[in-house]
Amino acid sequence: MLTREPEFYPPAINWLGLLGRDIWMTCRNAGRALLMLWEGLLDLRFMLGNRARPEVVYQLYVTGIKSIGVISVVAMFTGMILALQTGLELRKFGQEVNIGAAVMVSMLREMGPFMTALILAASVGSAMAAELGTMVVSEEIAALEVMSIRPVRFLVMPRLVAMMVMTPLMTFYACMLGVIGGALVGTTQLGVSLQAYIDNATRFAENKDLYVGLFKAFVFGIIVTTVSCHQGFSTTEGAVGVGRATRRSVIISFLSILIVGYVITRLFYV
Amino acid sequence: MIKFEHVTKYFGERRVLDDLDFEVQRGETFVIVGFSGAGKSVSLKHMIRLLTPDQGAVWVDGEDISHAGQRDLVRLRERFGVLFQSAALLEWLTVGENVALPLREKTDLDDAEIHRRVEETLNMVNLNDIYLAHPSDLSGGMRKRVGLARAIITNPEIILYDEPTSGLDPVTSRTIDDLIDRLRRELKVTGVVVTHDLFSALAIGTRIAMIHQGHFIELSTPADFIKSRHQVVQDFLEAQYITKKGAWEAPRNETHQQSIT
Repeated sequence: MLTREPEFYPPAINWLGLLGRDIWMTCRNAGRALLMLWEGLLDLRFMLGNRARPEVVYQLYVTGIKSIGVISVVAMFTGMILALQTGLELRKFGQEVNIGAAVMVSMLREMGPFMTALILAASVGSAMAAELGTMVVSEEIAALEVMSIRPVRFLVMPRLVAMMVMTPLMTFYACMLGVIGGALVGTTQLGVSLQAYIDNATRFAENKDLYVGLFKAFVFGIIVTTVSCHQGFSTTEGAVGVGRATRRSVIISFLSILIVGYVITRLFYV
Repeated sequence: MIKFEHVTKYFGERRVLDDLDFEVQRGETFVIVGFSGAGKSVSLKHMIRLLTPDQGAVWVDGEDISHAGQRDLVRLRERFGVLFQSAALLEWLTVGENVALPLREKTDLDDAEIHRRVEETLNMVNLNDIYLAHPSDLSGGMRKRVGLARAIITNPEIILYDEPTSGLDPVTSRTIDDLIDRLRRELKVTGVVVTHDLFSALAIGTRIAMIHQGHFIELSTPADFIKSRHQVVQDFLEAQYITKKGAWEAPRNETHQQSIT
């Protein structure tokens, strides 16, 4: 049941009590978010059903197509900046031909998944938290529960599917655009031929870089959905609460993406 | 049909419901009135377990909904329709899709049948040609009626109305009252209404209860309610210009005359 009773706590006796309560509430919220995720994953079996399909398609559109503009610009310029910065340093040693590898590997391994996930957390994730938070405040979630329509299946599952599918796809797209941006700078500013850039990029990048990058993106998609939906459902105190839930969803998503990104890199590359 | 058994509820230190003990009979429209913050909506939310009691239990036809397991809760809730104070319409769906939602999600009816039932129900609440409108395009009264249509489309045995006439003009309020009364008379629906609006309560209620400081200070038929000797009830009645003799005596008093002139 997502509709929660109002919670009241007596004032903490001292800072230790306050710290203990904060730790307890953080653990409890993490547990609730994971339970919601588990329920959402179990509900994936309904994603192709007649009832859920239109909403899944709509969320795919919102997550993918509507984010493509900002992802394109950010990815392209990230590739260009990477190429320019590394190219200028490498030129000192006459190695500017190697910018292809530098751009390709950094985009696939880190920049592509991180950038895409951060953009989606800030745009799609915050919108999820605000939308669900407003629904809580206006009793729409309570109405769904009273109609025996599970909010997780009705609202979370389509968003989860969209993020699980679209984050890796958008990541791949961002990587390719970043590499193209790098090529643009390499050929026009650093005097590297396109053929040399491509040869260098494909020689040093491995399939593993692509797979791990896409795996990261997939995990980031799940994190953003879980955090944003949970924050939305936890909204209290009206419009102020919606704002707070939105801000928290972005902050927690960013931190989780960075921490989990490090852990995945550590697991696959060390 | 719905029985509160010594229900007590705290919000922090504050006791919102205090040993509340009453029963709503099948087929009646039971109205709960009271001042703001008296616990009206809280008691309503206990009936569908949007809130659970700290002490006591709420029974629906002999089943304890306050402590029911998830499956039983779903089964029990399917017997209810709820009109929320804000109507709680899903803003991204059209009116038709909102009303169709319980049927689309909980039954295997085909689209044509669902469409027919939605049109029929919208007609019942005097709304025509708004199937494709969005809730944001509707007035407060129309939103309430759409919410009511969604609440009754599954033919529930019990309908809970949370402030059905709040924020509406008197004419629209009486239209909503008529609808609630028609549902009781024609469809034999059991209703529980929470309201501030005493005119509405007296018009539609078969019994009226006044909640004050967490418990009922008066529970009687409308005719007896306006004759209550309880001072708080009398104050509440007089605040809406209703006296033992009938409505609208207050405008004739001196203070009011002076304020008019």
